[in-house]
Amino acid sequence: MKTFITCIMIFFSVFIQAEDQRFSFSDPAQIERFRELTEELRCLVCQNQSLADSDAPLANDLRKRVFGLMSNGKSDDQIIEELVKVYGEFVLYRPRMTPQNYLLWFAPVLLVLIGIIIVVVMIRRRSELVQVSQTDLEKAKQLLEEEQ
Amino acid sequence: MKKIIYILPLLLFFIIVGFFINGLNKDPRLIPSPLIGKAAPEFIIPQLIDEGKQLQQTDLKGKVLLLNFWATWCPTCRGEHDVLMEIARHKSVAMYGIDYKDKRPDAIKWLEDLGNPYHAIGFDYEGSVGIDWGVYGTPETFVIDKQGIIRYKHVGAISWQDWKQILEPIVLKLQQE
Repeated sequence: MKTFITCIMIFFSVFIQAEDQRFSFSDPAQIERFRELTEELRCLVCQNQSLADSDAPLANDLRKRVFGLMSNGKSDDQIIEELVKVYGEFVLYRPRMTPQNYLLWFAPVLLVLIGIIIVVVMIRRRSELVQVSQTDLEKAKQLLEEEQ
Repeated sequence: MKKIIYILPLLLFFIIVGFFINGLNKDPRLIPSPLIGKAAPEFIIPQLIDEGKQLQQTDLKGKVLLLNFWATWCPTCRGEHDVLMEIARHKSVAMYGIDYKDKRPDAIKWLEDLGNPYHAIGFDYEGSVGIDWGVYGTPETFVIDKQGIIRYKHVGAISWQDWKQILEPIVLKLQQE
């Protein structure tokens, strides 16, 4: 059993090593940066996976591209801009804050605000309906007293 | 006035359903290319058949042409190849190819067996030209005008119907510009 487990561990360790060799960074901060960047970018073949997650050949090529751009000293924004230039904003998981995306970004807040306004208006109206005139109140009081 | 307010949620519901139905008819795999209207991205790669020669984006100027990204490992490309041969037979437009992430002998054999519709073919072994052109799934075909500007992109196999109804009219229009 022990040898079996050891075998499995060795098996997986090879994979991890292989991954490291392909994109080797000297600085751990760079490794983290690479991970964050590839998680922000969408794989175009399997669209619900990020570049970091996807095993598609294109995702691997794009990781290589990101790695190359990082090695050339490009900033995160520059790297993202390069990919957007070619593949469009579709590669971004997070839509940009541009005028054409304002509706997308602010619609939830707007809808909640509209909801709150509707609720407030409705509550006010209901409470208005319950308001009874002073004369009616006195009449009711009188009736109650008579019964007693 | 009050009654209208009660109909509003229903109306809103139908508007949302309308959006959903519209979304159902769209193919989520079709990603609009930001390269349309822009100059062809630069590249220099060896040619597929004649290794010593090169193909570069400056070769793609002066006439309206199709640039087709294909590969032998791509089954859809096999289906499209017959249509490309038919288009080439009519000689109405120049066709260039980029053999994308392929093996050279496989690609040469493919052309020997099935015919070669291309005027020239670049060999993009690394797939880096593909990335520069925003290719995410072969086959993809670009229509390029006389100034070397990308005017249209077709993702997926071109059927004869696609050619007749979409691509050929675009090519004919661009040839008259």
